[in-house]
Amino acid sequence: MKASKVAQYGLITALALVLSYLESLLPPLGVPGVKLGLPNLAIVFALYRLNWKDACIISLMRVVLVTLLFGNGAALAYSVAGAALSLSLMGLLKRTGKFSSVGVSVAGGVAHNAGQILVAMALLETSRLAWYLPVLWISGTVAGVLIGVVSGVLVERVPDKK
Amino acid sequence: MEWLKTHRNDAILIAALMLLGGALAVFLYATRQDGGYVSVQMDGQTVMELPLSEDTQVLLGEDGHTNTLVIRNGTAQVVEADCPDQICVRQGAVQYEGESIVCLPHKLVVSVEGGQGSGIDANTG
Ligand SMILES: [Zn+2]
Repeated sequence: MKASKVAQYGLITALALVLSYLESLLPPLGVPGVKLGLPNLAIVFALYRLNWKDACIISLMRVVLVTLLFGNGAALAYSVAGAALSLSLMGLLKRTGKFSSVGVSVAGGVAHNAGQILVAMALLETSRLAWYLPVLWISGTVAGVLIGVVSGVLVERVPDKK
Repeated sequence: MEWLKTHRNDAILIAALMLLGGALAVFLYATRQDGGYVSVQMDGQTVMELPLSEDTQVLLGEDGHTNTLVIRNGTAQVVEADCPDQICVRQGAVQYEGESIVCLPHKLVVSVEGGQGSGIDANTG
């Protein structure tokens, strides 16, 4: 791995961590551990600037680091499920070539939230959380649009050090 | 409008998702019903069923792992807890069938159910 790539990895992971921290300061969405998905900005950026595999590695690093730094073990299962579902869907949509970073990140945002809710339902052995799905569905869509637009701009503007 | 031309697929995807989310919200809202009782689950086991019609206060869990559940005026609310995130407290009061309060650190779910409840704590007077 080239030094410049290591630097990019570090920068994007740092961005993801800052966004995770910012997100932890926001009020909860009503379900414990379930978040809006701001760090997805860094992941979408990685997906477009680097590639799907690198985005997966950065996403995994973020999840592990956040758990170590902010120590919320309970949220780890949510994060992993949300990230995995989100990355799979984003990778697929990007491959079709029919969507821009906006569509890709919207799908990722909704998948991220749906994945978290599904794991929460399984962990807590209750189907009662379905009530929160529409809230997270819509917030995921809105956050996805914002993230898609911003990451699109970032990919264009941030110089690619090769 | 320029954006719509170059991002037609994105726009369709966003509109479809919003519609679906909105429809789900409207459906849940339109079909909501006042709950009859709350079911308290800890570690996936139902440990208690309390009618919403009776004001009461119960301390759930053991030392270092407690949530105080209050039932008042047909609503249920966790008013105090010693969990690190305090999310269960901030979730506020619930009263409609299908709503729930969750305390993940304590693996506690308080969910509102319809009807009168069955078996455990059935209020037969
Ligand atoms: Zn709690």
